[in-house]
Amino acid sequence: MSTYNLKINGEKKSVTVASDTPLLWVLRDTLGLVGTKFGCGIGQCGACTIHLNGIAVRGCQTPVSSAVGFDITTIEGLDKEGKHPLQQAWCELDVAQCGYCQSGQIMTASALLKRNPKPTDQDIDDAMAGNLCRCATYTRIRAGIHKAAELTAGKEAGV
Amino acid sequence: MKPTLSKELNRRSFLKLSTLASGGLALAYYLKSATSLEGQVSKLTESTDENSFKPSAFVHIAHDGTVTLASARPEIGQGIKTSLPMIIAEELGVKWTDVKVISVPLDPIFGGQAAGGSTSTPTSYMHLRRVGATARTLLIQAAAASWSVPVTECYVKDGSVVHKPTGKSLSYGALVQAAAKLPVPDEHSVVLKDPSEFTLLGSRIGGVDNQKVVTGQPLFGIDQVIPGMLYAVYVKCPVWGGKVVSANLDVVKSQPGVRDAFIINETVPYHNNPVLGLVPGVAILADSTWNAFSARKQLQVVWDEGKFANDSWSGYSEAAKQMATTGKGLKKVRDSGNVDQAFQTAAKVIEADYHFAFIGHTNLEPQNTTAHFTGNKIHLWSPTQNPGDVQASVAEALDIEPENVSIVMTRIGGGFGRRLHPDPCMEAAVIAKKCGQPIKLTWSREDDFQHDHFRPGGFHHFKAGLDAKGKLIAFADKVMGFDAASGADNYPARFIDNCRIEAGKIPNNVPTGPWRAPGSNTYGFVICSFLDELAHAGGRDPVEFSLEILGTKDVLPGTGPRSAPYNAARMRGVIKLAAEKAGWGKTLPKGQGMGLGYYFSHQGYVAEVAEVTVTKEGELKVTRVVAAVDVGSQIVNLSGAENQVQGAIIDGLNSSWRQELDIQNGRLVQSNFHEYQMLRMPDTIRDIEIHFSKTKYPPTGLGEPALPPLAPAVANAIFAATGKRIRQLPFSHTDLRWS
Ligand code: FES
Ligand code: FES
Repeated sequence: MSTYNLKINGEKKSVTVASDTPLLWVLRDTLGLVGTKFGCGIGQCGACTIHLNGIAVRGCQTPVSSAVGFDITTIEGLDKEGKHPLQQAWCELDVAQCGYCQSGQIMTASALLKRNPKPTDQDIDDAMAGNLCRCATYTRIRAGIHKAAELTAGKEAGV
Repeated sequence: MKPTLSKELNRRSFLKLSTLASGGLALAYYLKSATSLEGQVSKLTESTDENSFKPSAFVHIAHDGTVTLASARPEIGQGIKTSLPMIIAEELGVKWTDVKVISVPLDPIFGGQAAGGSTSTPTSYMHLRRVGATARTLLIQAAAASWSVPVTECYVKDGSVVHKPTGKSLSYGALVQAAAKLPVPDEHSVVLKDPSEFTLLGSRIGGVDNQKVVTGQPLFGIDQVIPGMLYAVYVKCPVWGGKVVSANLDVVKSQPGVRDAFIINETVPYHNNPVLGLVPGVAILADSTWNAFSARKQLQVVWDEGKFANDSWSGYSEAAKQMATTGKGLKKVRDSGNVDQAFQTAAKVIEADYHFAFIGHTNLEPQNTTAHFTGNKIHLWSPTQNPGDVQASVAEALDIEPENVSIVMTRIGGGFGRRLHPDPCMEAAVIAKKCGQPIKLTWSREDDFQHDHFRPGGFHHFKAGLDAKGKLIAFADKVMGFDAASGADNYPARFIDNCRIEAGKIPNNVPTGPWRAPGSNTYGFVICSFLDELAHAGGRDPVEFSLEILGTKDVLPGTGPRSAPYNAARMRGVIKLAAEKAGWGKTLPKGQGMGLGYYFSHQGYVAEVAEVTVTKEGELKVTRVVAAVDVGSQIVNLSGAENQVQGAIIDGLNSSWRQELDIQNGRLVQSNFHEYQMLRMPDTIRDIEIHFSKTKYPPTGLGEPALPPLAPAVANAIFAATGKRIRQLPFSHTDLRWS
C-alpha cells in the first residue's frame, strides 16, 4: 500500500492503495467516480477510457502509480455542467441504448475532437475502433460526433 | 429455448389490485424508498402529500401539478423506461416535458416486471393506456363537478381540464384534491383516445436518463455502493457442473485487503437444470474489487470436474453427424403429407448441411449483484431482466420465504436475454448470507465468458424437392441441437403440404439460455439461406420464390398451444416493401450483390435486403441494409424504435460474421474479447434504411424481431456477389475469394 497524490477533474485527491491498482478501480472503488466503466480489464473494450493530459487512455491499463503528475479527466469532469458538445449531441440524437459504453465512447470522441475538430468518417473509424458498443449504437455514435463537431464550429463562429 | 418470464398478473385484475393495494399511497412509498435505495430517482418533495392524486400505482400527481409516472420494468437499453410511461402520458394528456419518470422495485402491485422476449410493449400497451385514461377521466369528473357542467363539455390539454363552451380551465394540480376523493372507475369503462389524436406516441423522445448516462451518474448495477460493503468474486469450475474438492484458502486469506474466503459446495438448479442456477465455487471477499481480483490470482482449487470433462465442439459435431445419418436420437415433430413420395416425383432434390457455432451474450456490463442479508431478509440491487424469477430462486437458495427477498432493478448494461437467468443473484445472496456483511459480487470478463448461458450452436440437414417449375413441393429438416427440441411449425412447415421435421438433442452439459430472438436468430439464418439456395437451383428469383411459398392465405394457425398464428399477408407485405425500397432486381457488377432475409419472431414481421461488396481477395463489406418492419398499428417512440432496429441489424452482423466460441476438454476456449471478435466501428453498416409499415394489428415489441433476417440477407447477398454459398456461422469460416 502506498499513498498517491492525484489530480482528478481539477481537484487534488490523495489515495492509499496497492501500487499496481489500475486507475479504473481507484476511480470506481476508492473515489466513487463510477462513470468510468469496467468492461474487460485487458484494454479491449474502451469502457474505462479517461484522459491523461487530454489524451485518451485505458483506465484498466493505467496503474495508479503512473498517473501521478498528470491531469486526469473522467466523464464526470469532462464539462462542469455536463454540456460538452458531445454530451449535448448524445442527448439530442438519443444515442444510448443501455448506455454502459457511452462514457468511454464520449471520452475517446472528445480526445479525437480536440486534435481533429472536423473528423471524417474515416477519422471516426480509426479513432473509435477501440470502443465496443455491445448494443451496436455505432450509427448514432458516428452521427453524434459529427453533430458535436458542428456544434463546436457553430459556437466558435458565434452562431 | 424461449425466455421464461415470471407469471404476469392477469391484466383485468390488475388495476383493481393496484388501486386496492396502493390505497392511494403506493407510489408515494416508492418515491420515498427508491430515493434512498437507488440514488437515481429525483426527490419528490410532495411525495407523501396526503392531498395528492394516485389513481393507480403507476401515476402520482402532486398538489403542485408535478406528474410522476412509474416505470416498472427494467431498462436494458430497449428504451422501456421512456416508452412505457409515454403511453400513460399520452392518455393522461400531459406534456412530456412536465413528466417525471421513476424506476420502482419489484412489487406485485405493478404486475409482471420482467423485460424479455419483446413482450413489454404488447403486454403493457392497452393496460397503460387505460391507466392514463382512468386518471384523465377522474380529473375531468372533478373539474366538471366544480363547474357544475356535464363531463362531455370538458376535455384535457397539457395538464389542464378545459371547459369547451366557456374556455375556462383548471390545472391538474388544482384538481388533485377533489379527484382523489372520487371512486376509481372500472378500467374497461373509460374512454380511450382515438389514435389519430395521438401527439406523443409515434414522436421522437430521447431517453429519460440520457443526461445521467452521458455524465456518468451511478445508474447501473455495478455502480451500487452500500455502506460497509465488501467486494466479492466467485470462482467456479471451468468445466460446467464441476465441484470443489479443496482450495488453498489460507494463502488467499493472507493476500492484501482480503477479509474472507470460503467454499460453497451447493448446487441449486434453475429450471431444473443444475448448471443454470447456483453452482459450487470459491468466494473471496476483499476491501476493493482490485484486491479481490488480485487475490484470486493466488487461488488454487482442486476441482472434481465430473463426467463432462472430455466434451468438445468437435465431439458434438461428430455426434450430430451420426444422428443425421442413423436417425438415432431424432424424433419426428412434424410429418405432414407424404414427404417421401413427393421427393420421388420432384424434378429436383437438393440436400444441404448447415451449422452454427455457440456464441456469448457479452453484455458490456459484467454480471454483478449487490446483496445485504439481515435478520431473515435479503435485499438485492441487481441488473436483472427477470426480478420475479430472482425472487423465487434466491428464496430457494437461502431457504427463506419469497416475500423476504426484495429487489431493486438497476439500469442494465445490456440484457440480450442473459439476465433473464438469476444465477449471479443466487451467488451474491448466498455469499452475503454466509459472510454476514453487505457485498457486491462482480464477475470478471473471464467469468462472464466462461459462465455465460450460451446461445447454443446447432446442426441442420435439409432436403427439399422442387417441381419442374422450381416450386417447392417437399421439405425435410433434421435438427440436431443442444437444448429443447425444434418446433413443429418452423417456417416454412405450415406452407408446404409435404413436410417432415425431426429433432434431437446432442448429449451435453453446456449451460444455454435465451439470446436475443432465441431460436429465431439461428433458424432465420439456416432457413432463409437454404430457401435462397432452392430459388437459385430452380432458376427462380428469391423474392418471387418466397412470395410463392407464402401463398395467398392471410393467417395460418399454429399447431399446439405454444405456436403463434402466422400472418402470411403481413410477411408478404414487408418482403415487397423491403424489395421495392432496396431496388431489388437491379443489375450489379460481380463482387456486389443483394440478398433477402425475412423472419417472423416475437410477434413482429421483418424483411431485410442487404447489399454487400466482396473484393476478389475475399474482403466483405456490408454497405447497405433496407429493413421493412411490421410491428402493428403504432410505434410508441420513434427514436427508440429506430435505435432498436439499427442495433438489431448491426448486432445481426456482429453475431454472424466472426463470433464463435469453441469448447475443448469440457470448457470454453475463449476467455476475453481478444479471442472473440466483436464488431467495431469500422465494420458497421453505414447505410441503414428503416421503413415501419403500419398495419391494423396491436403494437408489439422491437427488441428482437429485426435481428434474425440480417444474417441470411447478408449470406444471400454474398452468394449473389460471389457465387459462394455460406452454410455455417460465423461467415468468416467460408473463403470468399473469387476470380
Ligand atoms: S475495461 Fe479497460 S478496455 Fe475494457
Ligand atoms: S449502449 Fe449498450 S454497450 Fe453501448
